[in-house]
Amino acid sequence: MTLALAVDIGLALLILAIAAWTIAVRDTFASVIGFVTYGLLLTLVWVRLALPDVALTEAAMGGGLTGILLIGAAAQLRRTEATVRTERLGILTRTLAAVLSVAVTLALSICVLNLPDPAPTLAPAAAANLDTTGVGNPVTAVLLAYRAMDTLLEAIVVLLALFGVWSLAHDRVWGGCPKLRTQADSEGILAYFARLLPPIGIIVGIYIFWIGADFPGGKFQGATILATMWLLVIGAGLAYLPPISRAWLRILLVAGPLVFMVIGFVGLVTAGAVFAYPDGYAKPLILAIEFALMPTLVLALALLVAGAPQRMPPQ
Amino acid sequence: MNGPTLFGLCAAALIGFGLYGLIVNPQPLRKIIGFNVIGSGVFVLFGTIARRGAAVGMGGDPVPQALLITGIVVAFSATALAVALLLRLYDGRGLVTLDNEAAPTETTTDPSDA
Repeated sequence: MTLALAVDIGLALLILAIAAWTIAVRDTFASVIGFVTYGLLLTLVWVRLALPDVALTEAAMGGGLTGILLIGAAAQLRRTEATVRTERLGILTRTLAAVLSVAVTLALSICVLNLPDPAPTLAPAAAANLDTTGVGNPVTAVLLAYRAMDTLLEAIVVLLALFGVWSLAHDRVWGGCPKLRTQADSEGILAYFARLLPPIGIIVGIYIFWIGADFPGGKFQGATILATMWLLVIGAGLAYLPPISRAWLRILLVAGPLVFMVIGFVGLVTAGAVFAYPDGYAKPLILAIEFALMPTLVLALALLVAGAPQRMPPQ
Repeated sequence: MNGPTLFGLCAAALIGFGLYGLIVNPQPLRKIIGFNVIGSGVFVLFGTIARRGAAVGMGGDPVPQALLITGIVVAFSATALAVALLLRLYDGRGLVTLDNEAAPTETTTDPSDA
């Protein structure tokens, strides 16, 4: 057994243990903390699987933003813990659920052990056309050139989810400010970190965004880091979220997908197909889309965590 | 046994854990967490397939990698929407239960808004 395999086995066992604890622990808040730890450990799995782009996304999103979201929700729902605990299911249902889960796991394990060999891959096809896109990172080429339509729909899904969250607001606060739970102690350690970390985080976020064309990174990872920095400053009570009726906010939110769609459909005229880029213009057009999508994603991801509007802005 | 196969089996177990949690835990927030554990298991399973597709100097097949990034972002959006729905349910009824029979014990709804 090689050292690498030993590390992999240890990592897999650790992840399984934390996942089991996350599911089984009685306290919901403890379960949320378990889930955040689990998300961070999954990042190591992505590194071990040699998928750095996914590792960056998982670290920023699975560990970071989802953590803020779930911790906030668990803190608000704390008072309901005692009531919900009385609703425990009967032993028969729990046994059936366990049997079903084991059956699904076994079926999937059989599939994993019988995957075709050699594995089918599109890597050679992606590599063969990489030069025409002008970008050096094949994952970015897939996201913004080969399968640009998927990425457009993804950006629209994020926006639709945000509209869904906003539409849950009470009528009297429609157009108001979302309210993130804040820790308003201006001398506290959170306020200290909220002053110290953003300058570093903003540089890291923009760097990861910029380098995404040629190396692991990209707009989703960069946008998530920037959104987290914004939420950190707001969570420490040093800034406030804007009311959702602000025109600049709404313009920036739709600008990204709109620029993406316009560039996509202009391809119909200039290159003969939707989302085709004319020769030699692929790289500048891809960069234009990334720049337009970046503010949309930062705002949409942060506002998704902040939730529905809760109060009207002070007049 | 190699790394990708090991993580593939790990993913199969994660999907089983998540499914059990989704069915058995009565607290809706725990169901959302269970659903996310299933989702991450599916992602890891897909990741092992991406890793097996390593060729021409790439660490993995870039197409599944791009789909994974898309999937993680979409899963986060869906989780945020689910949490917002749950908090709205709590706001309206003062309790979070999926049991239709349960009577609300208290309510925080503004009467003028109902």
